[in-house]
Amino acid sequence: MNYFWMALAGLGSGALGAMGMGGGGILIIFLTLCAGLDQRTSQGINLLLFVPCAAAAVLSYIPKKLIRWKTAIPFALLGLIGAAAGTYLSGVIETSLLRKGFALLMAAAGVFQIFGKEKKESTLQQNQIDHRHTP
Amino acid sequence: MKKLLTLVGGFFSGIANGLLGAGGGMIAVPALRRAGLSTVESHATSVAVILPLCALSAGIYLARGDVTLHDALPYLPWMIAGSLLGAKILPRLSSTVLRRMFGVLMLWAAWRMFAA
Repeated sequence: MNYFWMALAGLGSGALGAMGMGGGGILIIFLTLCAGLDQRTSQGINLLLFVPCAAAAVLSYIPKKLIRWKTAIPFALLGLIGAAAGTYLSGVIETSLLRKGFALLMAAAGVFQIFGKEKKESTLQQNQIDHRHTP
Repeated sequence: MKKLLTLVGGFFSGIANGLLGAGGGMIAVPALRRAGLSTVESHATSVAVILPLCALSAGIYLARGDVTLHDALPYLPWMIAGSLLGAKILPRLSSTVLRRMFGVLMLWAAWRMFAA
């Protein structure tokens, strides 16, 4: 595999992932469509890689006070139950079906990214938020 | 009610993330916004939430033998560099153009994968 593309895929998905913008999807797309890896393996690679990357991002968000822990903790606790269930399912579902499920997720993500509710927050409000968090 | 909706969002975010290896943020970010967090806070908080979910799911994938550390390692330095970059950009951005570009890429991929 071309090393340049590997690096680009890693950088791009890392950056998008840290922004909570679906970087994982991009990496899995690259691994399955470009590198030709199995769907389940690609998903596993993304999950594995997200752990240290997310940890690095979280460490940088903490001093900026961008994380709302009171909401995050109960959210994550229920999320863990969901994660156990979802991961169990990923092991019993056929790979081809898993791939189609992932394709549907990407289609939804794509539509969401293109037509998503950017209008709700005017540019002015966005700027105010940004200034509030700029040290 | 608001609280309940948020928690349900966490649950589904975990399912999507474990089942499809991605997409937890897609559910977590809007759910957190609904709970009253700002855009930037929702994005940052979603990363903190998805971190333990990914750790759990990744552990199971590893134990099952679906993936090995060796498969993932070559991407690691690049992804860490990318996430540091992303964390730097996040408080400043929400680029509509970038979003739309990735939206198109995702639609293209979805079509390719569904056809395959």
